[in-house]
Amino acid sequence: MAAILRFRKLCFLEPSSQSSCNEHKKQRAKRDERKMRENCDAGEDGLRRKGVKEWRCIDSCCWVIGLMCTAWWLLLFLHHCMPASLPGAEPPGVRLRRQGVVALHPVVLVPGIVTGGLELWEGRPCSDGLFRQRLWAGSFAEIFKRPMCWLEHLSLDNETGLDPAGIRVRASSGLVAADYFAPGYFVWANLIENLARIGYEEKNMHMAAYDWRLSFQNTEVRDQTLSRLKSKIELMYVSNGYKKVVVVPHSMGANYFLHFMKWVESAGGGGRGWCAKHIKSIMNIGPVFLGVPKAVSSILSAESKDVAFLRAMAPGLLDSEIFRLQALEHVMRVSRTWDSLVSLLPKGGEAVWGNLDWSPEEDHVCDWGTRKYQQQSKTKGNETDGRHSFQVQEPTKFGRIVSFGKTGSSPDAISSKSNASCGKVKTEYDEVSQETIQKIFEERVYTADTLLDLLRSVAPKMMKRAEAHFSHGIAENLSDPKYNHYKYWSNPLETELPEAPDMEIYSLYGVGIPTERSYVYKLSPPGKCRSIPLQIDSSADGSHNGCLKGGVYFVDGDESVPVLSAGFMCAKGWKGKTRFNPSGSATYIREYKHIAPANLLHGRGLESGAHVDIMGNVALIKDVLRVAAGASGVELGGDRIYSDIMKISEKIKIHL
Amino acid sequence: MSLLRRRRRGGQDHEPGKPADPEEEEEEKKKPEQRRAEKKKWSCLDNCCWFIGCVCVAWWMLLFLYNLMPSSFPQYVTEAITGPPPDPPGLKLRKEGLAAKHPVVFVPGIVTAGLELWEGHQCAQGLFRKRLWGGTFGSVYKRPLCWEEHMSLDNETGLDPPGVRVRPVTGLVAADYFAPGYFVWAVLIENLAQIGYEEKTMYMASYDWRLSFQNTEVRDQSLSRIKSNIELMVSTNGGNKAVIIPHSMGVLYFLHFMKWVEAPAPMGGGGGTDWCAKHIKAVMNIGGPLLGVPKAVSGLFSAEAKDIAVARAIAPGVLDQDLFRIQTLQHLMKMTRTWDSTMSMIPKGGDTIWGDLDSSPEDDYLPSKRRLNATEEAIDVSSETKRKRKHYGRIISFGKDIAEADSSQINRVNFRGAVKGRNMANDTCIDVWTEYQEMGFGGIKAVAEYKAYTAGDLVDLLSFVAPKMMARGSAHFSYGIADDLDDPKYLHYKYWSNPLETRLPNAPDMEIFAMYGVGIPTERAYIYMEAPWAECHIPFRIDTSASEEEEEEEEEDMCLKDGVLSVDGDETVPVLSAGFMSAKGWRGTTRFNPSGMKNFVREYEHAPPANFLEGRGTQSGAHVDIMGNFALIEDIMRVAAGATGDQLGGDRVYSDIFEWSQKIKLKL
Repeated sequence: MAAILRFRKLCFLEPSSQSSCNEHKKQRAKRDERKMRENCDAGEDGLRRKGVKEWRCIDSCCWVIGLMCTAWWLLLFLHHCMPASLPGAEPPGVRLRRQGVVALHPVVLVPGIVTGGLELWEGRPCSDGLFRQRLWAGSFAEIFKRPMCWLEHLSLDNETGLDPAGIRVRASSGLVAADYFAPGYFVWANLIENLARIGYEEKNMHMAAYDWRLSFQNTEVRDQTLSRLKSKIELMYVSNGYKKVVVVPHSMGANYFLHFMKWVESAGGGGRGWCAKHIKSIMNIGPVFLGVPKAVSSILSAESKDVAFLRAMAPGLLDSEIFRLQALEHVMRVSRTWDSLVSLLPKGGEAVWGNLDWSPEEDHVCDWGTRKYQQQSKTKGNETDGRHSFQVQEPTKFGRIVSFGKTGSSPDAISSKSNASCGKVKTEYDEVSQETIQKIFEERVYTADTLLDLLRSVAPKMMKRAEAHFSHGIAENLSDPKYNHYKYWSNPLETELPEAPDMEIYSLYGVGIPTERSYVYKLSPPGKCRSIPLQIDSSADGSHNGCLKGGVYFVDGDESVPVLSAGFMCAKGWKGKTRFNPSGSATYIREYKHIAPANLLHGRGLESGAHVDIMGNVALIKDVLRVAAGASGVELGGDRIYSDIMKISEKIKIHL
Repeated sequence: MSLLRRRRRGGQDHEPGKPADPEEEEEEKKKPEQRRAEKKKWSCLDNCCWFIGCVCVAWWMLLFLYNLMPSSFPQYVTEAITGPPPDPPGLKLRKEGLAAKHPVVFVPGIVTAGLELWEGHQCAQGLFRKRLWGGTFGSVYKRPLCWEEHMSLDNETGLDPPGVRVRPVTGLVAADYFAPGYFVWAVLIENLAQIGYEEKTMYMASYDWRLSFQNTEVRDQSLSRIKSNIELMVSTNGGNKAVIIPHSMGVLYFLHFMKWVEAPAPMGGGGGTDWCAKHIKAVMNIGGPLLGVPKAVSGLFSAEAKDIAVARAIAPGVLDQDLFRIQTLQHLMKMTRTWDSTMSMIPKGGDTIWGDLDSSPEDDYLPSKRRLNATEEAIDVSSETKRKRKHYGRIISFGKDIAEADSSQINRVNFRGAVKGRNMANDTCIDVWTEYQEMGFGGIKAVAEYKAYTAGDLVDLLSFVAPKMMARGSAHFSYGIADDLDDPKYLHYKYWSNPLETRLPNAPDMEIFAMYGVGIPTERAYIYMEAPWAECHIPFRIDTSASEEEEEEEEEDMCLKDGVLSVDGDETVPVLSAGFMSAKGWRGTTRFNPSGMKNFVREYEHAPPANFLEGRGTQSGAHVDIMGNFALIEDIMRVAAGATGDQLGGDRVYSDIFEWSQKIKLKL
């Protein structure tokens, strides 16, 4: 430190003397020289000159940095001087409050996968000093500081799906658990703020945070999360003057809450009628009722659209063996210990997701430009035009969720694979024999049904563990006693809704964004340290109605969840009195058309329809606020549909 | 240093350097253009930039080095200097095989828990869900008046002012750290986590500590939430009863809770008469002001405490300046007087407990006495005879002579019913309204004329000087001693937080621990004076010139210092208040403890940290720092893991609490 201080003094003296006395140039120059001499072991001319140059360089560096800092501070200062909120759009909470909308029903927020924070309660020596610090969400600083340690702590036990020995990572609790995912990246914060404006506070607003890595039943086994949620809802019900709660689950939270409703009326000891007594409505935001194809690709090869896109842009970067990064392998190893991922696999099999030749969305038009135009103008002529153009084309085969394309290396090429040198990152693929991979490749096409077999063969441990907790079929006979088992509770096609005729179920989701629906795969090029033998064939492009891009087929949705998965249950499966909804709870679909933010100032937009950004959508917030303040679905205006969800649902023939 | 060296050398250079000059001139001629260009470049602005750049770079370097430093480095340095530290209790007990058993509930005290903004006026924009209290206190500096406005409660109702909602932070973060780096519960939490506790077995019962206890239920349903959470934790942890750990005012709050939860529904929680017996294993009070603290009186009377008095003694005038019209104390007083909770800590039990004009239970207290051992008792007695008796009973006396005079010499003029003048129509002080402005000269005179106030007079005094506040407060708190606990009036919630006016719940297996630090001089009585008159001033202040002059007494033996008479305690709560109930009032089967639940007194002798590196010490006995005391943490953990008070070793006493308790004649 002393050295630095001395350096600073040196630096300071010199230029100030230069500038201060402009009149005595000569004198000053002399002094300069003297100083130079001192600084640079006085003596030879050459050396001196060198010294001069060096000084200039450092000086100008300092100067540049100083300039930058000053500019930055200036901007920061201006930023602080700016009024806290830009004049313009009034937050929906303020407007509604002026209209007399005030807090009435307590609100329960159920976060989805990934967005909830996790913190460390007990760890290995490498995690010293991180006690009760966030490992997940927040700044993610630890990934950069000690990546291996971080990965180790986020993994669960491969056998039990619970904590590994000596590690306790727990969900954060309270509203902070999922208000912001990272600094500035809101998840629930906008909704919370607007709820607060009409009078909500922590006594009538609860974040039902849970450890999203665990299977739903295990959150109860390990943390008693379901019991806590039950007790919390009961408390809020009583202490808010016997007003039923409005539940707002997001993403996977919708499945979690389905599970909760079944649990609370059976194992939870609430008895029949608990839901009818305590729940006014469930406002699912971007629910993944029937799963998402994205889950398949992430289990299969730890990839999704973004990764495939990245690979297409910069081939070789991800796969490079330099630094032995093996990022994907690490991601795969960790994420395969998370049971909850399995809850997101497509449910309902071929009946819902389509078979080799047919799929409910087959006449989907993927020309996104035209589509937007249609939606904006909404003239009949245009629509028939669109339909016309589709009729010429061959239907897209979305039913083939995973297909192995024409390209890609032949299976023989990878037989030379040896992973002896890369024993460090073991994924389950190391235990999968060559023949299996070859067989997988030769099978070529997988639908929602055969997909499960595929996953069982490539990820045997994970599927074995998780299939004790989740099921993906369609029930033939719901009164079969086997459906009392908790593994069916989160699958809407294998459970009945609770008996609560007054309860309302909403499905609120964004539309108008291309969403992953099926994938074209290939075998990975051989590599020493690569142990994932499959990858998305990002070269497959274009041919089918423009739906295929970078090895991924797209349909309408909110970027993560296809319309089919988010909307089907409310559009058809539960509509009216069906066997899945025996008491005839009312269902509503509210779609929000995606409009990208006009400019950077709008941040993530007030009319976004994207899976997470929709939480800042003004129209959605308004709907939630109105319902929380007592409105019913009919008062909101009933269904509000932009997509083809009704047509798609019509095509799905399941016994209701 | 290097600077000096360079200067000297420069000087030396100058004289023999003459012949070198032509050489330099030559060089200058060679490249005049270059030089001129450079000269232009270095303007003043450039220099500034350059300097800032240097500072930034140096700062980043240091930061970088700091980050490179292994996290165990400070610990390593500490160890090198002070020797290896003792194992933290969590690690030690874990090795012994202790594991989490009973769920644990923390009840934070006044001031230490965080408050956040949920709705505010225009000036508080952008502070939504940001901490107003606790944390960095950033907004205090940025917009002090706005902050004060939001922290105040309504003067009439003691609830939210219109348009403002400030709510307690929930979760363990509510009171783990008060400010960054200043732990409250964090050390305890961390140690509990080491034997297996986590959020499902640990609960921070945070509440808005500004409100009166019953109002926390009225406004936030805080009591219902605590009840529901305890029930949940007991049922999800296999029926193991909860261990409650209240700190400071939390002790009173939990006392109130125990009565509330068993009281029938409209006023209480409707848990039934055996709720506590079913759900609570032990209540481990840390530094509980069960009988109130004298500090609360000075706080309410003149918004002062020892610290402020000392500050005034050191730098007279700073606090009282009208310059800038800061009027800090007045603002503080205006704000704190809207907080009902401060009134829960006014000394309770009147003269019976706190002593009258002539005698008080702690009369024979001598700071050095405990340090000399029992063997030197003879010296003790002789030194005691030499000393003047301290009149601790006179909690407020006007003038040092009054504090020391014999009671017969004090000529008191009753202030009750004195006419208050209404003369302060001066609008310069309108913005910092305190109730003193309604009192007028007459009222102030009357207060000073009464000369000495004992605990019994205090409530009257406060009602005289702050009638609105006390009217609000007396609906929620009571300070007396019950004659007959069967009187139906004691069913009212205002008595629930006064241990002398309620019975403990019927739970013979429950244990109560009184854990507190001893060995620090603690405020017990004050010497006041009338403030030199100024219109915007609080008319009374602690007379900091009053100190003991006796030369034969060593510094540490001085009980009277800067106008404050102190006794043994934990710096905030006198031993008497923290220990009496467990030492005598509740011991055995008494009328306050009809089911005869066991009581234990656990005292922790204060040992200041040996050096700066130890931070706030692991053997501290100070009111808040005791939460980092390893012995206390160990006791708590043992109980949480299933031990009983007897297994801990029963009482552990350093102070004279038992002797003093004996002197208090209270019908039991």
